[in-house]
Amino acid sequence: MSQTAEMIRPGPFTEGASTGAPAIVLDRVNKWYGTLHVLRDVSMTVGQKERVVVCGPSGSGKSTMIRCINRLESHQEGRIVVDGTELTDDLRALDTIRREVGMVFQSFNLFPHLTILENCTLAPIWVRKMPKAEAEALAMSYLERVKIPEQAKKYPGQLSGGQQQRVAIARALCMKPKIMLFDEPTSALDPEMIKEVLDTMISLAEDGMTMVCVTHEMGFARRVADRVVFMDQGEIVESGTPHEMFENPQTDRLKLFLSQILRGH
Amino acid sequence: MSENTTIAEIDPVPATAGATAPTIAAANIAETRPRPSVASTGPVGWMRANLFSGWWSSAVTLVLGYFVIRWAIGIVEWALIRAHWAVPMGANGQPDPSVCRAATDGACWAIIGEKYRFILFGLYPYDQQWRPSICVVLFIALFVVSASRRFWRKELLGVWMVTLAVIGGLMWGGFAGLPYVSQEQWGGLPITLILATFGLAFAFPLAVLVALGRRSRNLPAVKLLCVLYVELIRGVPLVSLLFMASVMFPLFMPVGLNPDKLLRAQIAIILFAGAYLAEVVRGGLQALPKGQFEAADALGLSYWKKTSFIVLPQALRLVIPPLVNTFIGFFKDTSLVLIIGIFDLLTSGKAAMTDPVWTGFSTEVYIVLAAIYFVFCFAMSRYSSGLERDFSQTRNR
Repeated sequence: MSQTAEMIRPGPFTEGASTGAPAIVLDRVNKWYGTLHVLRDVSMTVGQKERVVVCGPSGSGKSTMIRCINRLESHQEGRIVVDGTELTDDLRALDTIRREVGMVFQSFNLFPHLTILENCTLAPIWVRKMPKAEAEALAMSYLERVKIPEQAKKYPGQLSGGQQQRVAIARALCMKPKIMLFDEPTSALDPEMIKEVLDTMISLAEDGMTMVCVTHEMGFARRVADRVVFMDQGEIVESGTPHEMFENPQTDRLKLFLSQILRGH
Repeated sequence: MSENTTIAEIDPVPATAGATAPTIAAANIAETRPRPSVASTGPVGWMRANLFSGWWSSAVTLVLGYFVIRWAIGIVEWALIRAHWAVPMGANGQPDPSVCRAATDGACWAIIGEKYRFILFGLYPYDQQWRPSICVVLFIALFVVSASRRFWRKELLGVWMVTLAVIGGLMWGGFAGLPYVSQEQWGGLPITLILATFGLAFAFPLAVLVALGRRSRNLPAVKLLCVLYVELIRGVPLVSLLFMASVMFPLFMPVGLNPDKLLRAQIAIILFAGAYLAEVVRGGLQALPKGQFEAADALGLSYWKKTSFIVLPQALRLVIPPLVNTFIGFFKDTSLVLIIGIFDLLTSGKAAMTDPVWTGFSTEVYIVLAAIYFVFCFAMSRYSSGLERDFSQTRNR
């Protein structure tokens, strides 16, 4: 942890890892829904292979922020640079970025009319132009990694929520992304299925994937996060190592939030 | 909390355990109770439960049953028992329906035997009517092949084009010893099938494009055009569109450049059906969860790949019932070309009734026409419910 300690100085302007260009740079990003100011001067840098957990109360803008990174939402002010490419209205830049950034959603969003295998091979075949056989072999290898190769011929509706989310992770990985975004991946799951998804994410983190993960799973944050970012009311309030954040929160807002989510645990 | 704590360990277990305990007990009690026996089964039990459950329902059943049986007996007597299936030859060597006229309480199916070729093929030269017959068979074969999901691949498009070209060639002729038959002489069932098949085959892709265009956010001009098209076409009756196509349109065309009447009616039908189908398809697009679009975007699929692999397959499945409803409606609406003098099935049927020798037997002709329409529409209806069943097996099980 000594190597990572340097790059996770607290504060929203933390620079990325010193090795190579940062994976994601958000520079004073602002976004409005009508008159509602949902992101306020959000600045954050995620280094290569860094694992960042974003937490905060609902409505704090954390999901909006992560969805801006692959432009499912567009920001109105500021700069977002992903893997050296700036996100603009230029469609080619967007294509490049979406190819390098995988995303896992709260509600899985598997394609219900395609089999598990087809869900995983669709994008590699049509976006990466991979031959079908190769894409299927790749998909099977990732389905094995998430421990459900035997479900390949089934349809999403036949799987449990935990299995579906693991397929969603495999589907994103099949594009061989450099960065993975997780938008509350366990919030829609029954408690007994949360662990299987978190275990998959932990093993992914241990492989060195760059990850930005919106989650309330503090156990997961402690275990894998290099840095925890706390957002409230559209701004980054505090960030630091899990240890600093959980044992020694600086702001009242974070203290209040921690007391609320840890109540009863 | 230790460094390795995961949610499974820190979950508040006692609360859920306490809540589930009574439920399990209740389930056990429910299991030990025997299932209440449903009223006796079999036809007698069914009748007792549904038709004779009380004095009031028994009375209604008896009264209605009396009328239904009387009516059914009347139909059978008229259509089968007292019907005339053939008539003797008259003095002039023509069939003489006076036997039918004398007995007014039976159907005269002889008119069908006499006129069926005119009803089916209109004014098409009598000795060449094998050509439209083959066309009808080809159309039906095309429908049957297209209905099978095994054949849903790119080659099917080629099969359609070849078949439709062969049908056109057979109908027109003018090559390989086939005499040329001008379009004015076409009539009957082939016209109905041509109008319906070409109409829906072109209207459907048009409708999909219009529906997509109407939802477009990045292309306001395209969106406006699609909205205008749908609202304008939907706002006028098909009859007025057909009149416009047949009467007004030629006035605006330069002399000598005047596509034939059938083609103009065909275009009017395509435009009309397209507007209606577009709204049906749009309904399906709107019913699709936003997450499906987002997942496709996040994977980097382009607009057209997202649309053809993710959006349309799901959206169209959702709207099979209203889609087929519209298809069936338009199959029958092709009969409106009657008012601009195109000889479709209904028109040639009506023309057959006007033969002075055979006046007075229009009921029989209408029944046969209705039966032909019914066969096609019922086939579409059955096919759509089969398709729905197939799709629901692979989804949401």
